[in-house]
Amino acid sequence: MTAPTSVTAPAEVSAQLYAKLIARFPESVAAETRPNYSGVIIKKENLVEVAAAIRDEFGYDLLTAVTAVDYLAENKMEVVYHAYKTTGGTGLVFRVQAERVDPIEVPSLVEIWAGADFQEREAYDLFGIKFTSHPDLRRILMWEGFEGYPLRKDWKEAFFEEEAKPFKSRWPEGKHTYAEFKNPFRDNLNFPENFDPNSYQPDNEDDLYASLENHSLKNESGLKTDQIVVNMGPHHPSTHGVLRVAVTLEGETILGLKPVMGYLHRNHDKIGERSTFLQIMPYTDRLDYFNSMSNNLGYAIAVEKLMKIPVAERAEYIRVIMAELTRIQNHLIFVGTLTNDLGAMYTPSLYAFEERELILDIFEAVSGARMMCNYLRFGGVVRDIPEDALSKIKDLVYERLPAKTAEMERLLNDNEVLMGRLKGVHVLDGETAVKYSVTGPVLRAAGVPYDIRRADPYSVYDRFDFDVAVRYNGDMMDNYLIRFDEIWQSLRILEQALQQMPEGPVNSQKLQYQVRVPAGEAYGRIESPKGELGFYIVSNGKPTPYRYHVRPASFVNITALEEMCRGSKIQDFVALLAMLDIVMGELDR
Amino acid sequence: MFGKGILKSLQVTWKRFWDTYIDDLAWWLRGKKRYHSVEGITHRSSKNAKGIFTVQYPEERLILPEETRYLPFLVYNELADGKREILCTSCGICPKVCPPQCIWIVRSNDPQTGKPIPEPTEFYIDMDLCMNCGLCAEYCPFDAIKMDHDFELASYTRNIYELEKLLKPSSYYQSIRPQNFAREEAERKAKEEAKAAKAVKTAVAETPAAAP
Repeated sequence: MTAPTSVTAPAEVSAQLYAKLIARFPESVAAETRPNYSGVIIKKENLVEVAAAIRDEFGYDLLTAVTAVDYLAENKMEVVYHAYKTTGGTGLVFRVQAERVDPIEVPSLVEIWAGADFQEREAYDLFGIKFTSHPDLRRILMWEGFEGYPLRKDWKEAFFEEEAKPFKSRWPEGKHTYAEFKNPFRDNLNFPENFDPNSYQPDNEDDLYASLENHSLKNESGLKTDQIVVNMGPHHPSTHGVLRVAVTLEGETILGLKPVMGYLHRNHDKIGERSTFLQIMPYTDRLDYFNSMSNNLGYAIAVEKLMKIPVAERAEYIRVIMAELTRIQNHLIFVGTLTNDLGAMYTPSLYAFEERELILDIFEAVSGARMMCNYLRFGGVVRDIPEDALSKIKDLVYERLPAKTAEMERLLNDNEVLMGRLKGVHVLDGETAVKYSVTGPVLRAAGVPYDIRRADPYSVYDRFDFDVAVRYNGDMMDNYLIRFDEIWQSLRILEQALQQMPEGPVNSQKLQYQVRVPAGEAYGRIESPKGELGFYIVSNGKPTPYRYHVRPASFVNITALEEMCRGSKIQDFVALLAMLDIVMGELDR
Repeated sequence: MFGKGILKSLQVTWKRFWDTYIDDLAWWLRGKKRYHSVEGITHRSSKNAKGIFTVQYPEERLILPEETRYLPFLVYNELADGKREILCTSCGICPKVCPPQCIWIVRSNDPQTGKPIPEPTEFYIDMDLCMNCGLCAEYCPFDAIKMDHDFELASYTRNIYELEKLLKPSSYYQSIRPQNFAREEAERKAKEEAKAAKAVKTAVAETPAAAP
């Protein structure tokens, strides 16, 4: 056990870093002056130049989060970038501001970090910020015919009632009414100018197919061949939910591919901005519904960072135990669904589900629900682990899970059929993975040992002895095997956490439903089983967050899908998609 | 040798296949019921589970842990004369904390004075919206709203539960959550005792002041 690291050290480091950056570009970079904000403000004309220097000279090679904030009162639109080093350490926050007058234009960073692609499209979609020189700026989550930009502060949803919960109609007015009676749909519906529903012909798909053609490989052999466009999904069993992928095929070879998403979009960010800080907690369960404990943890860490409150010691350990159990069950499910997609129907996935059931039993005993746990609170957790659940965890960690993981490995790892499908099929090399902001097991299987638990430790992860699982071939076999490596490391962490767990209270705060969060911004991130899960929160001191943004691992990882699949066979595409381990609840939000 | 890995895999599935029958036989020889008994269901969801682990719902049911939560309900105490004492004081914390805003309360006024009294006239929970998060039960200061264990909720209509449908006796609450109930009762008793002690103390403190 090491002493807790001092809080001031990283802040000093970043202060020096920002001073250095301002000294390097005195003309175009200004210091951030708002209280509780960090980072620098870059003039938008010089953004690309400064960003290139941040990547190449300062070494911040991984751009994780790109998002926008609408400062309606100041009449400004701000784009916030979070960059990190893959060698570890704290991040570099930089931002550009633009006048809030349409068209709002900001230079695109896709040239520098390809991983900015989908996140910039999201900001364009939800805020209406035009990223000039973006190669494929289309709507991404909303449909193409959608009118308006939902995350702007002056936009109101269809059944809009009030700016923020709690609504007065519930209390003190009472008396139940359905939302559709209270606010008829038409009252908040925006139409394009001169819109006539009778003569409306949707042409949503044209842009997609045009873009698909632009970004496809060209046939340069001189042979005359037929190319066909296939739409996989949104109802396709291999796409893990309602993901649709438009693919250009020549024979069996993929020439180009565009994921189409948003079928499960519910504007999680806007729901968050309408809810109080506590009310968001159960909504985060619904992001990546396999890993609700991890989602809770990420959100709790972000808010605690902003509130500057300590977490109860015992609760920290409970959080780690829950997060690692989540990781184990997620990776087991991953193996199950992957083999399902490869045609090994149901045997491995049912074996995986048996262990998962036992882990979910623990979650139910601890939090009350198997999947939608809603277990963490700011400053700790809801309740202590019950006695019988704790002994069940010990049984699993010390006896059953090691045995069953070994059995799973014996079942699959040497199997020639599986190896035939996985070995040597290229996924990503390290450099490309970093360029595309890919995080999590996929990045580590490409030889980059980047794990936030080690690179930028949160909670009490700095007290445990574990290895960052890493493999170097970057093929599908490595992507598959690294999941098992991580299960073994998680078991190591769990053993240590169970031994070190102290007695004591499980929450450092009083039981209160209205938490006071000071004005400012915070970006909390954790290593979720699928990659980096980040929560960006801007508060203005009110009970609801001013801006609440989720940086989901699945959504950013899928940016690399096109790069991964181009030139490979269509049957490998199904496996490659399974490798990314996406969950639509998180991807579409 | 090519095919060795497949044989290894088949070994695992082969073993798994027989596990069920061996386990069945072992239970039969011991004269115990592996199926349709609490003991058997507990075994099948424990670390020793081997072979088939499915619980044959609805003939068999999983044993729910105490903290399991589905829908909220309101608790009332049964009084000796057959009347009900509703614990809810319509303080409004649950509609304020509810994330999907599915709780609606109408407060009562005293018919004579017109002043609000701590009891709800009407209480609605729109169960179609409820996300079973349990925040209402967690933050209720009067232990008046609790989460139910009943999960068989299929119906033909939209589910708006009114006060009558939401009310359940505290004996029911005790039966589904014995530990929580005991803890809350102990806390309540301790609080009442503290209050009584304080009242005695203030009475004692006031007496000499009033005497001269």
